[in-house]
Amino acid sequence: MTFSPELEARFAKMLENYPPGRQKGALVPMLLYAQDETGSITPELIREIAQRLSIKPLEVDEVVDFYSMLHRRPYGKHHIQICTNIACQTRGGEELWEHACKTLGIGNKEVTPDGLFSLEEVECLGACAWAPALQDGYQYHHHMTIESFDKLVADVRRAEKAQ
Amino acid sequence: MENLLHEPHPLETILLSRRFRLENSASIDTFLANDGFAGFRKALTMTPEEIVAELKLSNLRGRGGAGFPVGMKWSFVDRKSTKPRYVVVNSDESEPGTCKDRMILQYDPFRIIEGVLIAARAIGSERGWIYMRGEYRYLIEHMNAAIATAYERGWLGKNIQGSGLNFDFSTQSGAGAYECGEESALLESLEGKRGNPRLKPPFPAQVGAFQCPTVLNNVESYSAVPDVLLKGGQYYADLGTPRNGGTRLLCISGHVNRPGVYEVRLGMNMLQAVNELAGGVWKGRKLKAIIPGGSSCPVLKAEECDIPMDYDSLGKAGSMLGSGGMVVLDETADMVKLAARIMKFYAHESCGWCIPCREGTTWLKKILTRLDDGIGAPADIDTVEQLAVNMFGHTFCPLGDAAAMPTMAIVRKFRPEFEAKLQAARTAFAPAPGTRSLPVLR
Repeated sequence: MTFSPELEARFAKMLENYPPGRQKGALVPMLLYAQDETGSITPELIREIAQRLSIKPLEVDEVVDFYSMLHRRPYGKHHIQICTNIACQTRGGEELWEHACKTLGIGNKEVTPDGLFSLEEVECLGACAWAPALQDGYQYHHHMTIESFDKLVADVRRAEKAQ
Repeated sequence: MENLLHEPHPLETILLSRRFRLENSASIDTFLANDGFAGFRKALTMTPEEIVAELKLSNLRGRGGAGFPVGMKWSFVDRKSTKPRYVVVNSDESEPGTCKDRMILQYDPFRIIEGVLIAARAIGSERGWIYMRGEYRYLIEHMNAAIATAYERGWLGKNIQGSGLNFDFSTQSGAGAYECGEESALLESLEGKRGNPRLKPPFPAQVGAFQCPTVLNNVESYSAVPDVLLKGGQYYADLGTPRNGGTRLLCISGHVNRPGVYEVRLGMNMLQAVNELAGGVWKGRKLKAIIPGGSSCPVLKAEECDIPMDYDSLGKAGSMLGSGGMVVLDETADMVKLAARIMKFYAHESCGWCIPCREGTTWLKKILTRLDDGIGAPADIDTVEQLAVNMFGHTFCPLGDAAAMPTMAIVRKFRPEFEAKLQAARTAFAPAPGTRSLPVLR
């Protein structure tokens, strides 16, 4: 299994970052970066990473379910993560979440039939002073409103059509 | 990158954040033109003992949440150990209400590197990592670029600036786990494992990263160190209050007019921070309560908020300065809903290792969610309190405490709101006078 040249280069560099024999330290970052390319943590990916780090596939598997950003099924092209924790809750985060579910017609960790969007209700994103906040993939969006959410969705759909 | 800055407020004490608003603030040339690495240069003229002594004098306390004195923490590392020693930066920043490390990472990343280099000199380390939460991907790339630049310009790597000091540094991405902000769980994650905490003692200073002596502090703690050396420990201490030195970044969020990250002296009055810095409670409403330092901290009612913001004063008031994540609540805030949401967070983030936290947070979440819907009896409110009291101090790591403390505070200080929700549900379908009815459950 091979990844993009950029990712292969990143992996090679990462393995140098640990004391001799402790390359397993690269496991969690490797899984996350690999997931960006493969779309999800597949059994094939688990075997590949295990082999590269000279560890058992079980040692990879047992880590996947602990970290909430790692997922075994693919998400939508735009994975929208909306925070409903306390700072965002005080400024409309919950209403934003409900609106998102209603608008897209899906629930938590579900994907729209066209594969364009998925939703996740997440915990604090570290954007409390600019709440309510969401992430589209890794991209932060602050000061969200119902209107700006609708605009985000519309912009994504327009861009998709243009392709 | 999006602009996260506001106009500096006259009541801020701008020390740590003094480069944030410079043009190209994150570039190494801006950094070097504005005292960049001057603290590290000073450190090179000092012995490790002198560096630690200056830090102890400064009363700089950990800015991640626990507030443990930084100088004392560094002094615990055994410099005579034959094992390699490591420097780890905690940039997991996941405490609800907290968004300050993000500012340093975005606007002054080399400051962090400088603080780390000083730590490396203080403990005799040649290797370090900055563990950054996975969601901060744009900042990980930003820090990677800063690190690459530092290597290019001779501030990392071999024989740094001819000093004889070697130091290698790299980023380590998390992948979504609040528990990995706990220092020992972070180290487990750094080793490629599930983020379960370790039994302490031994502490990271003895057995840390890869089982070697390690200094592990929050991003802001390392970021404060250069100025402690540059301006002197006494100067730094005098900015604050006795045993609580310096300034810190405060994240004010919630029901205020000007949420934002503000830098304040330790000891600034909490109400003044809310009313002056953040422009007061919004929409002309009254203050109800403040969560002072992140969701783990017991809530303070409005009448309890006229206090200085330092670790000791907040401790005396029954809460914590914590991570500086201040969430302000106005008179419309639903404290039952808040308690339920807080517990939902801890139940989700519980690593699952120990029974009192795993079962306790899950059980509490179920009850609090039910109470928020008005379903239950007054005795259930007592159960919530008992469960929280029983969880507190009995869990393997402080996450259990972090879940128990706010719950106990909200139930004890706002109990009438819980009772009112139950009462409202009971009377929602009250039987017509003179008729018989069965007990109603929604």
